[in-house]
Amino acid sequence: MDQRKIRVLIAKPGLDGHDRGAKIVARALRDAGMEVIYTGLRQTPEMIAEAALQEDVDVVGLSILSGAHMTLVPRVLELLRANGQEHVLVFVGGIIPEEDVPALLAMGVKAVYGPGTPTQTIVEDIRRAVLEAQGSVA
Amino acid sequence: MPLVDEVLAGKRLALARLLSLIENDAPEGWAALDALYPRTGQAHLIGVTGAPGVGKSSLVNQIARALRRPQDGEPPRTVAIVAVDPTSPFSGGALLGDRVRMRDLSGDPGVFIRSMASRGALGGLAPTTAAVVQALDAAGFEVILIETVGAGQAEVEIARLAHTTIVVESPGGGDDIQAIKAGLLEIADLLVINKADRPGADLTERALRSMLELGYPHGHHRPEAWAVAEPPPGETWVPPILRTVATEGKGIAEVVQALHAHAAYLRATSRWHAREQARLKDILDHMLQAALLARWQASLPQGHYQEVVQRLLRRELSPHQALEALLNLSPFPSAETPRLIP
Ligand SMILES: Nc1nc2c(ncn2[C@@H]2O[C@H](COP(=O)(O)OP(=O)(O)OP(=O)(O)O)[C@@H](O)[C@H]2O)c(=O)[nH]1
Ligand SMILES: [Mg+2]
Repeated sequence: MDQRKIRVLIAKPGLDGHDRGAKIVARALRDAGMEVIYTGLRQTPEMIAEAALQEDVDVVGLSILSGAHMTLVPRVLELLRANGQEHVLVFVGGIIPEEDVPALLAMGVKAVYGPGTPTQTIVEDIRRAVLEAQGSVA
Repeated sequence: MPLVDEVLAGKRLALARLLSLIENDAPEGWAALDALYPRTGQAHLIGVTGAPGVGKSSLVNQIARALRRPQDGEPPRTVAIVAVDPTSPFSGGALLGDRVRMRDLSGDPGVFIRSMASRGALGGLAPTTAAVVQALDAAGFEVILIETVGAGQAEVEIARLAHTTIVVESPGGGDDIQAIKAGLLEIADLLVINKADRPGADLTERALRSMLELGYPHGHHRPEAWAVAEPPPGETWVPPILRTVATEGKGIAEVVQALHAHAAYLRATSRWHAREQARLKDILDHMLQAALLARWQASLPQGHYQEVVQRLLRRELSPHQALEALLNLSPFPSAETPRLIP
């Protein structure tokens, strides 16, 4: 009997003020059968890592519109590792300039999504990545 | 068991893992819980229930804050929070949003927050909430706050799980009428009118008070808790009605005081023990039912259950006859080929 559900933390780090995109993604993931923990606006990397730990999530999705991704993302990754959660898959969405994407991927981010990305793409990517990660553990 | 040792050593990642194993019904989770069980029974279990949006999460946030930084000379308590939100019956997914209101608690190692999806259970909790609470209890959290789904239905399960149940109301919107219907009042140890900054709090309080007076002409309202120790006459806990503005922290000190008072009352009148007994028996009964049903179903000859259902549909068997047909078959089928038709 397989009771496992994919657990995803959707977080909105930084100081920018709206979370419409994050909420749309959160709902799409829920509608795809995942359990989505939504933490709201203005999360610090510390808050995000703490929530990811307590909730034992498989995936962290960061929505960043402020332009601070090159400081926020590495910090979140670093804290996840420090907590022993290097296995957590990190996805980034929002307004990310093309030239920053390779650097984010090199840090260990699984994928970066621009504003127009269909939610179905994100759903499928997450599902596949989690299955792969589980396969490599088992 | 390394997982158990780590949980007992206060390793938060291990605890988080354990909670997932329990939620996922994994054998390692149950084994760990078996080992941890002797350490349970220490925490004060507090349920928080009420209609959607009344401010349960905001209130939980404030109560936890107050327990962490007491102003009244009480020692600070470590706090775990279990917040249950509904699983979508269509997708099986869930949006767990209670943490949004609990940001004040982040960064405090004396607090642990876990969101749970209801995963098909209907009573306001998830199927494994009681087990998750046990794990948190064994891990040493002194107070465990449990926020129910808050469907506005009679979420009586929380009253079975918790020592103290807070029913949250808010002014206006006919919530008071709702409470009578849903039987929420019967399970309340504390009644909190949150959003007291809104108009209509007086009205709500009056409605609650008159309902309480109807409910407490004599004696306690929770007969199953009496089964063990009849309360001495005159020692009845009448739920206090308290007003809060959870967004501003107003009225929270009084709520926390009432929580401590209720715990003291339960202990002084031996009802703590009675509730423990009722709760543990309930947990056992639930598990027994599920296990017996599963075992019995597995022992049925292939297809017979479906056949009985079909005969029920065709009105060839009444439900009572169907039951007899099934029970006569199993778990001790006779030596001959089992026959459904009597
Ligand atoms: N005016 C006012 N608003 C409040 C108060 N407490 C909570 N709120 C607001 O009410 C809304 C719902 O609060 P929550 O704490 O999420 O309520 P809840 O009962 O946990 O909601 P669900 O978990 O979705 O059922 C939020 O916008 C809060 O800011 C209060 O005392 N006064
Ligand atoms: Mg809530």
